[in-house]
Amino acid sequence: MKTLNLVQAVNDALAVALEAHDDVVLLGEDIGRFGGVFRATAGLRERFGEERVIDTPLSEAGIIGTAVGMALYGLKPVPEIQFSDFIYPGFDHIVNELAKYRYRSGGQFPCPVTIRTPVGGGIRGGHYHSQSPEAYFIHTPGLVVVCPSTPRDAKGLLLASIRSPDPVLFLEPKPIYRKAVGEVPEGDFEVPLGQARVVREGGDVTLIAWGAMVSLCEEAAARIAPSGVECTIIDPRTLWPLDIDTIADAVSATGRCIIVHEAPRTCGFGAELAALVQERCFLHLEAPIRRVTGWDTPFPYTLEHAYLPSVERVLDAVEATIAF
Amino acid sequence: MDDSPRQILDEEGRLRPGQSVPEGLDAEALRALYALMLRQRLLDDLMLTLQRQGRIGFYGPATGQEAAVFGSGRALAPEDWVLPALREGGVALMRGYPLRDYLAQCFGNALDVTHGRQMPCHYGSRAQHQPTLSSPIGTQLPHATGVAWAMKLRGAATVAIGYLGDGATSENDFHTALDMAGRFALPAIFFCQNNQWAISVPVSVQTAAPTLAAKAAAYRMPGHRVDGNDVMACYAVTREARARALRGEGPTFIEALTWRMGAHSTSDDPTRYRDEAVTEQWKARDPILRLGRFLLAEGLQDEDGLQALRESLGREIREALAEVEAAAPSVPLGTMFDDVFASRPPHLAEQAAEAARFGVPTPSH
Repeated sequence: MKTLNLVQAVNDALAVALEAHDDVVLLGEDIGRFGGVFRATAGLRERFGEERVIDTPLSEAGIIGTAVGMALYGLKPVPEIQFSDFIYPGFDHIVNELAKYRYRSGGQFPCPVTIRTPVGGGIRGGHYHSQSPEAYFIHTPGLVVVCPSTPRDAKGLLLASIRSPDPVLFLEPKPIYRKAVGEVPEGDFEVPLGQARVVREGGDVTLIAWGAMVSLCEEAAARIAPSGVECTIIDPRTLWPLDIDTIADAVSATGRCIIVHEAPRTCGFGAELAALVQERCFLHLEAPIRRVTGWDTPFPYTLEHAYLPSVERVLDAVEATIAF
Repeated sequence: MDDSPRQILDEEGRLRPGQSVPEGLDAEALRALYALMLRQRLLDDLMLTLQRQGRIGFYGPATGQEAAVFGSGRALAPEDWVLPALREGGVALMRGYPLRDYLAQCFGNALDVTHGRQMPCHYGSRAQHQPTLSSPIGTQLPHATGVAWAMKLRGAATVAIGYLGDGATSENDFHTALDMAGRFALPAIFFCQNNQWAISVPVSVQTAAPTLAAKAAAYRMPGHRVDGNDVMACYAVTREARARALRGEGPTFIEALTWRMGAHSTSDDPTRYRDEAVTEQWKARDPILRLGRFLLAEGLQDEDGLQALRESLGREIREALAEVEAAAPSVPLGTMFDDVFASRPPHLAEQAAEAARFGVPTPSH
């Protein structure tokens, strides 16, 4: 074990993957000589060479489009999109090509690309450095969508993603790139895709959160525990395909469910989670499922902390759900 | 800059002064090319008929463009990769894609290895290194760059060819694909079939660029113009581009000038937007007629031979068609849920079970 922050854990996973697999190549803007704007690829070009840690021209569609071609041929490309807010020029390649190649070729051309991209706000990044676009990709058949909340999960899930036969969108919560610090196994290790993590167990209410919202929920749960309200916190880790069983078991046990995410509320992943939970837990529910989310506005700059879920908003939802 | 397209065979099927049959095309190869082009013509005519009869849902023919398709395709090695646009199903065929699979894809029936998941003409075959066509224009070009990149990283002595039409040169993907291929000196060929029409939009409306080949210069890549109805010239220029790529000198852009003799697809009507008198003029430049005249004049084939060939190709197509059309008209319902992921996750297993309760309904209209 060693103690790493989340972005160091990403770097560690990439180094392990490059070491273990000749087919793994990294490509993106500023990832080579500079080591990435968040330092996620620091030192990797020096270690593995500029042919495998590639500084590309500034073209998100080109980065993802060429990664698709590399994967068709048999490589395991791991492109980085510098901010998920800039992923949209590559959106067509993700939703129409990457996600569909296996399907439309009748299984002849699988396309295992792992796209890494930072998500989330609270870093004074404004509209174009703060978005959480997971719902667009979860809505797309054929994509695996992953979002870790701890350094350990970041390393283990990233290695599992790179080895997955399916395309993966790997969303890295940048507000906690350095804030999240923890023990990480050394060397090669995986956290299996498709398994949620029970972060905390309590009998009164289930909070579902991912990325930077997990630690927010932990803080809320710790703050309300002295008043006798105990929270279960579930981190799906793999947002899609979802480990709905772990979530449904937790909600059935507590009878109350609150979903917390940064993205706008309407058609956010919380909407799908609420639908899935009520389908499975209807007779166990003691109160309506609540959502604590970003508002249905563009992501603001000055007012970002009024936009993002806060401990206070989570606690308010917990109290309202308990009192219902 | 000399913008005139390269030509080896003139419109009468005679070698241009100073030109000779390109290296690599012996008499047998020329006869084989003729047969491939003619088979494609017969196939396209038949498929258009089938579409009008409601037996298939759509078709995009290569009529008039056979020289560009088969001339370029002939220059490739079996291990090269082909990233196609709409009209390069013939490239797969000439590289061993079974005619039966080609037809079954158009019918989308039980014999279709892609389980009827896409409209007709969306061919693809792993054995022929030809990834399955997608409809959005130009997306295959960054893929071709990526395949070429992977070849270079692996040290393979092969190339990737990305096909496109004239309209695709306006797409972002075109520019990023050429930019990245040029920047990393990748073994890629971008072969543009400039049939001069993107559905209803002519090239003159598409771009202010003086030629499409001119666009390559910005990426420090040779941009060649070639007579797209001259199979020898299409072959020669592609062969040279391939050799250049294998020498490590990077990608080449080829603009093959041709004419879309029919509609863009069975879904449009060119009489509404273009003067078909020009199409009549292009009939004199027919690529099959041109190679046929050469074969006859050179004594490589005689009239009886051409007639026998036409009959045997017609027979081959009709037999394949009969076999494919006799297959079960639909695909098993469960295949709809396969290949979304490598293995079927629980939510798709649930949905497959739900769909199975209702089976496959017959459309009421």
